[in-house]
Amino acid sequence: MSKEWPLWEVFIRSQHGLAHKHAGSLHAADAEMAIRNARDVYTRRNEGVSIWVVRSSDVVASSPGDREALFDPAQSKVYRHPTFFPMPPEVKNI
Amino acid sequence: MYAQMVDTGLRKLRDAAELSPEERAFQARIDADVKVEPKDWMPEAYRRTLVRQIQQHAHSEIVGMLPEGNWVTRAPSLKRKAILMAKIQDEGGHGLYLYSAAETLGVSRDDLIADLHAGKVKYSSIFNYPTLNWADIGAIGWLVDGAAIMNQIPLCRCSYGPYARAMVRICKEESFHQRQGFDIMIAMAQGTAEQKAMAQDALDRWWWPSLMMFGPPDADSVHSAQSMQWKVKLLSNDELRQRFVDQTVPQAEYLGLAVPDADLKWNAERGHYDFGAIDWSEFHAVLKGNGPCNRDRLRTRVKAWEDGEWVREAAVAHADKRAARAARAA
Repeated sequence: MSKEWPLWEVFIRSQHGLAHKHAGSLHAADAEMAIRNARDVYTRRNEGVSIWVVRSSDVVASSPGDREALFDPAQSKVYRHPTFFPMPPEVKNI
Repeated sequence: MYAQMVDTGLRKLRDAAELSPEERAFQARIDADVKVEPKDWMPEAYRRTLVRQIQQHAHSEIVGMLPEGNWVTRAPSLKRKAILMAKIQDEGGHGLYLYSAAETLGVSRDDLIADLHAGKVKYSSIFNYPTLNWADIGAIGWLVDGAAIMNQIPLCRCSYGPYARAMVRICKEESFHQRQGFDIMIAMAQGTAEQKAMAQDALDRWWWPSLMMFGPPDADSVHSAQSMQWKVKLLSNDELRQRFVDQTVPQAEYLGLAVPDADLKWNAERGHYDFGAIDWSEFHAVLKGNGPCNRDRLRTRVKAWEDGEWVREAAVAHADKRAARAARAA
């Protein structure tokens, strides 16, 4: 059996002004083919105006085991949200 | 359904006391509707069940292109042909979304395809029936895609993140498939007497196989119970089948076509349609490989794979050559 085409992650920007968002993944022999395949697989209904592809093997991800260390500290910092500060009703535009 | 009778590898449903601490924590997360993601710990049986289910589903999408492909060159108008090609392209896309979802579980797509070609893994029984007249394309969209939607909408909430996300994309597109099918049925049912007879013939042949798509009654199935506990199956086969009948019978009435079931009648007390007994021997024969088109479907898939071999190899050789050239220039 021949070598399997590598896996690519596909990111699509749906409209001008929005960020690229992960759409899914696909196989392609090279970057150019990955863009073409992404166009056929993920933008058949005008879902995008721009495509990024990146080799899946190049993605570095946080590990589920680090979830608490990474994300728990933010839970106790509710003062980072504007709703933490009650405003007197007579004060406007704030 | 598109994945029928998925084996969980477990003989009976275990209660909390029989689970390991890890398994218990895993089940608690599922009960709390927390999605399982690829890098999370999961029981091996959960992983294997999902690989089986998602790959059966993916293979069904790909094999499902074949009965429809039969009519591309014979569609009655350019408009119908363009629509049919768009639908078939969607099915190919759905297969690709699903293969990717399966790959997040640590299997390779080429291996999954090899399993299909070796007959180790099934695809939905429905695609082993032939498309004999143009109305069959209407009936497939209306009934087969209709049954698929019935099954796939709940799967958008299934516990495995990549599968659920693939399902969301698929469901959005599937609705076009069902409507284009019903549109064909309307045109045929309101056409000449001969066209209406073709529509009735298609309904006669596709009705029962569509009901079988939901799989056998799951009253005693340990696999269904386990799959439901893991939330990789959200509603029982019988529940989905009843919903499908309730939804579809009025649509057939609109078309002026007769559902081929002498026992079909509205049950006011239950608030559902009662329907006749399904011939499960036919279903099991088709699953075993003895449906009208099993051998032909698999042969076509294997041929497409083998004929494409040189293209896949050439693309890799080209990419390697360009990469080597870029490395030398750097």
